Amino acid sequence: MSDSIDTAAVAAPVPTGQSGTVVRSTVMRRLLRNPLGIASLVILGSIALLAIFAPVLAPFEENFANITKTLAPADSVNILGTDSAGRDTWSRLLFGAQLTLLSALLCAGVAIAIGLPAGLIAGYYAGKFEAVSNWVVSILMSLPGLIVLLTIRAAFGPSVWISMIAFGVLISPSYFRLTRTAVQSVRNELYVDAARVSGLSDLSIIARHIFSVVRAPIIIQTAAIAGVAIAIQSGLEFLGLGDPTKATWGVMLSEGFKNVYMTPTLLLWPALAMALTIGGLVLLGNAIRDALEDGEKIKHRKKKTVPAESTTADPAKAGQSRKSVAAVEVGTEHHLIKVTNLGVGYPQADGSVKKVVDDVSFHVDRGEILGIVGESGSGKSQTAFSILGLLPDNARIVGGSIQFDGNYTVAPGDDRVSQERLSKLRGKRISYIPQEPMSNLDPAFTIGYQLVTPMVRVLGISKAEARKRALKLLTDVGIVNPERTFEAYPHEVSGGMAQRVLIAGAISCEPDLVIADEPTTALDVTVQADVLDLLRELQQRLNIGVILVTHNFGVVADLCDRVAVMQNGRLVEEGTVRDILRNPKEQYTQTLLGSMLEGKTPMTMLVSRPGSAAQKEPVA
Amino acid sequence: MSVSLDSSQKSPLLAVENLVVEYPSKRFRAKPFRALTDINITIGQGETLGLVGESGSGKTTLGRAVLGLAPVTAGKVIFEGNDISNASRKERRTLSRDLQVVFQDPYTSLNPALEIGDILAEPLGVQGMEPTAAKKRVQELLDQVGLPSDAIHRLPREFSGGQRQRVAIARALALSPKLIVCDEPVSALDLSTQARVLDLFLQIQKDTGVSYLFVSHDLDVVRHISHRVAVMYHGEIVEQGPAEIVTRDPEHPYTQRLLLASPVPDPDRQEQRRADRHRLLANQRNQIEQAGAVA
Amino acid sequence: MIKFIAKRLGSGLVVLFVVSALTFTLLYTSSGSIARNILGDQATPEQVALKEQELGLDQPLVTRYFAWLGDAVSGNLGASWFTSEPVANSLATRIPVTMTMVFTAMILIAICAALIGVAAAVKRGWVDRVVQIGAIVGDSIPGYVIGVFLVTILAIQLGLFPATSTISPEVGPEAWVYSMTLPVIALLINGVTGGAQQIRSAVIKQLERDYVRTLRSRGIGEREILFKHVLRSAAPAGLTVLSLQLIGMLGGVVIIEQIFALPGMGPLAVTATGQSDLPVVMGVVMYTVVVVIVVNLLVDILNGWLNPKVRVS
Repeated sequence: MSDSIDTAAVAAPVPTGQSGTVVRSTVMRRLLRNPLGIASLVILGSIALLAIFAPVLAPFEENFANITKTLAPADSVNILGTDSAGRDTWSRLLFGAQLTLLSALLCAGVAIAIGLPAGLIAGYYAGKFEAVSNWVVSILMSLPGLIVLLTIRAAFGPSVWISMIAFGVLISPSYFRLTRTAVQSVRNELYVDAARVSGLSDLSIIARHIFSVVRAPIIIQTAAIAGVAIAIQSGLEFLGLGDPTKATWGVMLSEGFKNVYMTPTLLLWPALAMALTIGGLVLLGNAIRDALEDGEKIKHRKKKTVPAESTTADPAKAGQSRKSVAAVEVGTEHHLIKVTNLGVGYPQADGSVKKVVDDVSFHVDRGEILGIVGESGSGKSQTAFSILGLLPDNARIVGGSIQFDGNYTVAPGDDRVSQERLSKLRGKRISYIPQEPMSNLDPAFTIGYQLVTPMVRVLGISKAEARKRALKLLTDVGIVNPERTFEAYPHEVSGGMAQRVLIAGAISCEPDLVIADEPTTALDVTVQADVLDLLRELQQRLNIGVILVTHNFGVVADLCDRVAVMQNGRLVEEGTVRDILRNPKEQYTQTLLGSMLEGKTPMTMLVSRPGSAAQKEPVA
Repeated sequence: MSVSLDSSQKSPLLAVENLVVEYPSKRFRAKPFRALTDINITIGQGETLGLVGESGSGKTTLGRAVLGLAPVTAGKVIFEGNDISNASRKERRTLSRDLQVVFQDPYTSLNPALEIGDILAEPLGVQGMEPTAAKKRVQELLDQVGLPSDAIHRLPREFSGGQRQRVAIARALALSPKLIVCDEPVSALDLSTQARVLDLFLQIQKDTGVSYLFVSHDLDVVRHISHRVAVMYHGEIVEQGPAEIVTRDPEHPYTQRLLLASPVPDPDRQEQRRADRHRLLANQRNQIEQAGAVA
Repeated sequence: MIKFIAKRLGSGLVVLFVVSALTFTLLYTSSGSIARNILGDQATPEQVALKEQELGLDQPLVTRYFAWLGDAVSGNLGASWFTSEPVANSLATRIPVTMTMVFTAMILIAICAALIGVAAAVKRGWVDRVVQIGAIVGDSIPGYVIGVFLVTILAIQLGLFPATSTISPEVGPEAWVYSMTLPVIALLINGVTGGAQQIRSAVIKQLERDYVRTLRSRGIGEREILFKHVLRSAAPAGLTVLSLQLIGMLGGVVIIEQIFALPGMGPLAVTATGQSDLPVVMGVVMYTVVVVIVVNLLVDILNGWLNPKVRVS
């Protein structure tokens, strides 16, 4: 599987061998570069400072009441006014912050103390412990928090701490599930296996390899849970079920609501304090998440700002652009497909365009099979998808043209594939065979449905007629019991059979051109041979043109008439299959063929001089 | 296949005898899934045993059973005369000096959060090596697998697939083991990278005399790197012997099919091979039909 | 499918049993002297002992629990210690009010969140940005704070809606709808913002699947891909989001009803909690758990219908 069709990987390739040292704490740095991250840190930091120094900063005791001055507006003594008992709003707000933050910390602490170890154990060892904890979790998660807290209040009386411990227990499943999922995803990672082979103890493996995976998600989760804890604790106090001797935002909100007809501003301050604190936590969580997800992701561009710098396109041709659909060059109409100087690129965050296909030209005629060969990152799949018009949304055509049967699908100067023109061709005249058989069938629909629908839509035939044709097609692709496969769901058939189904789908509407993207790479060798036989037989019988994208020269030799070799987005060499495989002119092609194992003397060096196999891996 | 008498005087480095691996079924009281049935293999000093088979044939499971990563239901795994089929984690720690692994996927076999230096020092630290000595050893290893020495402070994602596989090989070499289990170590690599990594494997064997259990689905790769080859099919070894014989003139019908299914990079020879394959399939079908008719 | 439902129903009953036993134990072992609590500080020890006998509190806990369970199965949840009204009766008059609000809000959330979330996933651009910002704002402001401000601004300051409502369905549908509007809005805002965000992510995840590209290559239109394939695959995630929101809402509605003085479960629960009126608290907990179990069962059935893999196994 040298070339995955994962286009995201092509768009944002792994940086190879860059110079410079590893930036540690990149997450923290990215967090500080994000305005929202800074804002949230500033907000939360100020609130925390106010809370810590509340006894110093507050002009009055939290319950000091001046009954001669109730519901007073703001003045120089009571900077936010007083409530109905004559207590200072600003002072109560500060003490409320103290209690609120402490209770949120307590709740998150309890939840982590329960959820994290349980999640680690359940994820790493699975078995009975996991089954039991899953059951407990499903119960805890089906209990509404506030109702449980009411029950706890009825049982234990009003106490912020007891209710927050209880809520911590109740919400611990969120940590449990987070940790368990993360651990499960790395438990079977090969690097954990490698550590096991090295004899690392389970404890060291968890500490070294697994804990590092859950650390960041735990921080994000804690921000969210602290917010929820504040909301629910204040809600309880708002209902008058909190500790009446304590100044809290919930009590203040309820006090404000009681006096809403007289001094509505009393409502505003506690509500603002809550919104700021919870909002700060939410923003912080989001900012950390953004910082973790690679900052180098390409920003989504709006449709209007398309900068696609015109690049290698021939200026003469670029001149013809914009004229809606120009006529193709005279004398080339007879080619089934003709790609001329094609360039495909991805706009980057910094405004530049990263080219993945550059100046590629080739053509395919009816009844002909062209192989496009190359290693991963050579741009061969991107070329195929631009013919199909199935490039990712953020891809741009940065040069050249594509014409199909005498008409442009990408005219010179176009910066995107015209979906309007291609939607008339796709499925009907151009079709596609993907690489991974299983992930390319919708698991929720039967195989029959997925074969019949395109025929009904594209050919306009009746369902019954389409069903008949689908069964015939399944027989044609060598499926022994077509009725059973027709009724089956994708998960009920093998990979080889699923690939046959996909081939049947590709030829169902009698296309002129089939684009097969590594159609046998995911299959076992013996199955591959059968599928190659099938492809050859169908191609000859239907006289269709085929573009076969592959990394395997054996597959090329088996099927293709002509070959195009690609490297780093460029077309290196093109010619008939015999010329290229026997007398490659370009050095790259020679190297590739020289790497083939067939016909080599076993136990000898392939590309290195003896004794120098440890030569440096060239940077791709 | 016949074990010559003179080889019995020296016991093999690794011997797997009548090995059975079963995985308990997820479903309650269902029959366990049998991944391996009655496996017998041996590997001598400095020898490479190639293990070839299709997906699901159990070849990877066999490698994992040797490493203690798959449950041994019956039979023995004998390493240097000791039965290690149920070795404890502590015994594994000692064993890891002599028995190491290189996995298939260079993208998931290195912890993305650790620097290369830390990854390579891990097996050394487990054995109680001093950090300064470990650092020196790491430098040697990087040199041995052809990576620049400044790789120590870099993260795995800064390297290409081939370079990462070199890191994984360096990790396996860290303790100078006697046997390395290589689980499809080149199948995720591009053709030219695959050739260079195979060269590295051969060079290391020449220099250190290490043995390989080399698991691959690709008959060409196995032929190139192995002294002897075992062919797996549905959890059993159907054929084993010298690489030259098993990979060019196999006896078992499955190996014959496997050999002819792999396409060659020349249109005319491939056409020939295709025809041979069709003839073989037809013959095998006839034989089965005749066998059925007799029965 | 019937076996599947029966199994889910069975496990629901087990949950009901476990939760009731735990709640019962918690309430009746931690509340101090219940009789003294009811009679007040002036009561003599004899009066307290008599009251305890009257309430059956002199019996062992296990006996009392199974007596309660036996009664509960036959529909008798005991009576309030303070008003002597049978708990079942109180619930029967109040559940309709609460459930009407909760389900109205849930249906609106499902519709709005799905529409907005799908639009954001498909169109991206400004819709997407609004959804993202909305989610942050929604997460930052608890529903009851929204409720308080809705009352203050729309009802008290502008007089557009009644601030409090003790209206029952008998007064006619129009007044009923009128008085329910604000509470329902207060209930649904967080649900819509959060739900839209999560449905958006679920839809985007499906849109990036390989089979979507293959469907496009077969000439299937964008609309059909979205509505038939993508939404169907994203639906289980959406259903889970909604069911979790509903569970949260059963708690949130207590405060909302208190704010709008609605005669639903909220005031009953709050009063009973404040007084430690344990039979009523037990009744409230049981009603909640039953609603949750029924909703989860419905979600499971829907998921089974949407996902052939679940159906087969």
